[in-house]
Amino acid sequence: MGDFSAVLAQIKPKLGCVDENLVLIEQQIKQAISDKSDLIVFPELALTGYFLKDLVPEVALRVDSPEIARLIELSNDISIAVGFVEVTDDYLFYNAALYLEDGVIRHLHRKVYLPTYGMFDEQRYLGRGERFRAFDTKFGRMGMLICEDMWHLSASYILALDGATTLLCLSSSPGRGVEGEQLGSAKAWQQLTSTTAMFLNCRVLYCNRVGYEDGVNFWGGSEYVNPAGQSAARGAIFAEDSVAVRVSEGELRRERIFSPMLRDENLFITMQELRRIERERGV
Amino acid sequence: MAGLSANTELLKQLLVGFVRDEVHKVGVKKAVLGLSGGIDSALVVFIAAEALGPENVHAICMPYKSSNPESEAHARIVSQACGVNYSVVPITPMVDAYFDMFPDAENMRRGNKMARERMTILFDHSALLSALVLGTSNKTELLLGYGTLYGDMASALNPIGDLYKTQIWQLSEAMGVPQEVIDKKPSADLWAGQTDEEELGFSYRQVDELLYRMVDQRLTRAELEVAGFSQEFIDTIYRRVQNSHFKRRLPVIAKVSNRTIDRDFRYSRDWGK
Repeated sequence: MGDFSAVLAQIKPKLGCVDENLVLIEQQIKQAISDKSDLIVFPELALTGYFLKDLVPEVALRVDSPEIARLIELSNDISIAVGFVEVTDDYLFYNAALYLEDGVIRHLHRKVYLPTYGMFDEQRYLGRGERFRAFDTKFGRMGMLICEDMWHLSASYILALDGATTLLCLSSSPGRGVEGEQLGSAKAWQQLTSTTAMFLNCRVLYCNRVGYEDGVNFWGGSEYVNPAGQSAARGAIFAEDSVAVRVSEGELRRERIFSPMLRDENLFITMQELRRIERERGV
Repeated sequence: MAGLSANTELLKQLLVGFVRDEVHKVGVKKAVLGLSGGIDSALVVFIAAEALGPENVHAICMPYKSSNPESEAHARIVSQACGVNYSVVPITPMVDAYFDMFPDAENMRRGNKMARERMTILFDHSALLSALVLGTSNKTELLLGYGTLYGDMASALNPIGDLYKTQIWQLSEAMGVPQEVIDKKPSADLWAGQTDEEELGFSYRQVDELLYRMVDQRLTRAELEVAGFSQEFIDTIYRRVQNSHFKRRLPVIAKVSNRTIDRDFRYSRDWGK
């Protein structure tokens, strides 16, 4: 495994316009290919926009659709992580993300934690994913999370124990909280990505979209956090951006030697206690 | 109160981006708004000028014969300070023509009529100029229902509807709204000497402190009392918010089919944008 370069494509998708978003995504991919990047990461629901509501069935794509086929083809020249709405043969709809590489689908993640509180209403419209699985790529083992997934410690924990050394988080995070030095959402996410990286000695590639939908802003601030939990690159706030980062293998190796917490993590105790809790809760 | 004090640079960036993005995405370049001479519309015109360029913003002052002449003077100063297009359309002839038929109408009916008269002028100019109408109601008055339904509450986009009056003052200072407009007492300017705070019976700063805790922080009644608010004040404000809720909703539709608009026919307004 060696160093690799990645681009966090901090785009502004149009709500419900799959064709136009696909054009935008293709442009970004082609630019990244000509810049000789190895991997490009897009936000959650990059192909569709976020507040879809009843548009969900209209914008959903099968994984064997021509649109996805086009992206798979492009993945011969660059690895791609991208968010979309998936429809299955039995007409279930998922907030999903694909990892495409060398002309094949390496991994499909369906968002597990669908926020349905405050301004969010995802579980009304979308089905819930049921697994977190790490997967092998040219750049080592990775795990994918979609936005709210990352707010559940167990999600990143499972992926790290499953061998992921890079966590990709695809996000459509709405900005709120203007009391402090920085936007409340930005501060919270920066703490989250940094802490997750630090606890699990994983890299985090976080890609968040920008733009407004019905007055809600998406704040951007896409970020590469190294395995020590330090932010190595950060995208613009509120504006479209393309964040090019160089991801170092040596940094990961060194961090894992300095802080071998994952090596010492005791899966037996964790499982034993989780089983006890499950028993006691009567789940 | 920390939550009521805003990082004005961040807030400006967010609101300027909002106006620019939401106006441009519907395929227009311009915005139109009513300029009363007060602070709320002054702040909105400053935000719009920065977002769209002053040449793309049309501010209209719409005085009635009983409006304080100082209001029009302030509207002019504000429009000059941010360089937007400015015109005056008096509403006296239309309003008087109507109330000649109903000479006994009290102040509230007259005030509402004036607000709705102004709304029709703004939406007419929306068509004339291909410009979106910007709203100028702040969160305090929206929550209290201190506005005219389909009058000053009507707009296409409202950049300041999630800002309490306390935050309006802060952002106006930061954005360079002329000081005389910031310093004067808020008034609906329906009759000489009227002030909001006298009419409401409490100050904006007082009620913002309560509303922020009640609405944003969702404190319990007991917690509000511990924080020093009287039971009577809490009751008054809670009832005001409750009783004015209809003003913040679309008209209620009787459900007949499986897909009723806004109940189970749900799309964002920015659908396809």
